[in-house]
Amino acid sequence: MPEVRLVNVSKRYGKILANDNVNLTIENGEYVSIIGPSGCGKTTLIKIIAGIIKPDEGKIYIGGKLVNDLSTEDRGIGYVFQNIALFPHMTVWDNITYGPRVRGLSPEETRPLALEMLEMIRLSARSDAYPSELSGGTQQKTAVARALISRSELLLLDEPLGALDVKVRGELRHELRRLVKDLKLTALHVTHDQEEAMSISDRVVVMKKGRIVEADAPIELYTRPRSIFTANFVGEANFLKGIVTQISDEGSLVDVVDGLQMMTNSRNAKVGDGVVIAFRPEFTSIGDTEMLNRLVGKVVDILYSGSIGRVRVQLANGDQIVAKKALSLQRPTFSVGDNITVNVSPKNTLVYPYPKEGLDKELALE
Amino acid sequence: MSLIRLVNVTKKFGDITALDHVDLSIEDGEYVCVLGQTGAGKTTLLRVIAGLVEPDEGEIYIEGRLVNGIPPEERNAVYMFQQFALFPHMNVWQNVSFGPVIKDWDNETVEKVSSNILEMVRLADRKDAFPNELSGGMQQRVALARGIASGARILLLDEPLGALDARLRVDLRSQLRKLVKDQKLTAIHVTHDQEEALMIAERVAVLRKGRIEQMGSPREVYSRPQSIFVASFVGGANFIEGNISKVYSSGSSIEIRGGYQISVSDRSKEVGEKVVVAVRPEDISVGSAEVIGSNNFSGRIESKMFIGGSMEYTIRLENDDVVSCKISLSDLPTTYKTGERVIVSFLAERCYVFPYPKGGLLEEIEAI
Repeated sequence: MPEVRLVNVSKRYGKILANDNVNLTIENGEYVSIIGPSGCGKTTLIKIIAGIIKPDEGKIYIGGKLVNDLSTEDRGIGYVFQNIALFPHMTVWDNITYGPRVRGLSPEETRPLALEMLEMIRLSARSDAYPSELSGGTQQKTAVARALISRSELLLLDEPLGALDVKVRGELRHELRRLVKDLKLTALHVTHDQEEAMSISDRVVVMKKGRIVEADAPIELYTRPRSIFTANFVGEANFLKGIVTQISDEGSLVDVVDGLQMMTNSRNAKVGDGVVIAFRPEFTSIGDTEMLNRLVGKVVDILYSGSIGRVRVQLANGDQIVAKKALSLQRPTFSVGDNITVNVSPKNTLVYPYPKEGLDKELALE
Repeated sequence: MSLIRLVNVTKKFGDITALDHVDLSIEDGEYVCVLGQTGAGKTTLLRVIAGLVEPDEGEIYIEGRLVNGIPPEERNAVYMFQQFALFPHMNVWQNVSFGPVIKDWDNETVEKVSSNILEMVRLADRKDAFPNELSGGMQQRVALARGIASGARILLLDEPLGALDARLRVDLRSQLRKLVKDQKLTAIHVTHDQEEALMIAERVAVLRKGRIEQMGSPREVYSRPQSIFVASFVGGANFIEGNISKVYSSGSSIEIRGGYQISVSDRSKEVGEKVVVAVRPEDISVGSAEVIGSNNFSGRIESKMFIGGSMEYTIRLENDDVVSCKISLSDLPTTYKTGERVIVSFLAERCYVFPYPKGGLLEEIEAI
């Protein structure tokens, strides 16, 4: 029952507070990812759970047991690093069975375990191969199998896909999640790749400067981020400053750009409040004159990524916004330099109080 | 005249052919991305142009001049390593002005060039900081600034955004392109990230096993893939095996597993030919009723995954083929549950048809 519970965990490196009073519970069987910009403390946190780093303060429970004083080996975890750490002179089989052999298990005891692991990672046919004969993705799967053969029910994954090509990474996501769910493991996965976290996890924890900003199911984080930071870090968003001018039953009216007003569904702010309106580039439409919230501006650039066009538009006050548009087989009817209208439906707007330290500070990723 | 031209360039390392008769022309001021998997030969290609590796065969021309045998510093091209190599004991300003200073430019020029470039990479206020005081993204921008300040007109960028956080990488894409364009430089940028290549480049060269498999604008490479590999590697697709059962004036029919038929607008193949149909996940819609004028198949949702603004459904069709469909959340009328029966639909003109590959389909599409 490897439920993980962190209570008031803090860790300081000199002046830097890497973990600042972190409280987090990972339920048994849950797949949780931690994301955040470089230096947010996510790696420190997973290393504290693994027992590689000792916290200055706080308690760590695994399966209800306080493990602060237990060594890594005694915590019952499987740990996988970004840098694939296989023994280069050993075959896949020998790498996978290394742990049991060191612990003194006989070949008869080890064999069924190893066969099961190979089956799980779909690598039975390559058990005699050496790491150098395998692709990066296959090597990393072998490392996962090696971590799991000890029958750990808690899997800690520290940027497990970070060293791999994007394409391989995408495919291994599915496999990793399947493995964790099929084996009924609990997994904690640290990544700098928010898309990876969103697609693989039951719950995503967003960290910033040593603290947990919020933790929620991926789709909730995406559609209803509770902070400007999360809206910006998870997915992409446009941010416009404004002042609330009117509140009605349907929502609030916000004065944004030189006389332009935007209708939002939120009723959280008061008239006169400074706010930030956020909306996702993919939740916009272009050139629909019937709609509310028409943002008029000049196209600065259009970047294509496959079927999606990413259109950057400069508004009258100099602010830039991005609209994403699925492209049909035809080219878009506008080009760089043209004036276009970007529409945002009130239901697709998010409204936040204007941050004390300014918007730029809130959006800074480094 | 092309600024950079490679003619029939081959480079072997032992048994491995890193570059296999590569022909490539790059125009002055172009931003080109070389896209490929690990081991495709991307880095070797850059290093051959930089003069860090001599090819076994073939010629390299820069500005019309044959540069085989000419040392890197005389090629007007600067190679930027993936692991940004800043001088740790020098501050940002010293790192950036290093090139101009050793080139003995006058103080005023050094001052002007360096501060302009620092302004451009938005690090003017950090010019006194040492590398270890900066984030990875900032260090990378310093490295870029230093490369640009060297005065070279050609930037050879080896995974320039690879060491950065995913989110920061996305932000830096447009900055990088703008920087190159504003400075009227020419850039060759190597990456394994297809989205990065499609967004940033004016032309993309897809490299596979030392050969350029396709080269064209991002739109071309995405919307008219010339091979199964390109369709799979750039954008991704579902691949369905079948045989051409009929060719008519407006397209062909393909019989797939279970006797089902797919209509495609391609009519370049012959009846009986074994083929692979590719359909992109974003070109498939999911609904509860058939769409008139589309290919329609019924199936059951096996799993779903939420990926960056889209819901990706894995659906098992009645003939046991499995397809993935990507539905943008903004036009998602309903979400479907695992196990639910649905109809998947896609248009004939959104199907790519390729001859069945000699080495088998898996060989072409397997990345892992």
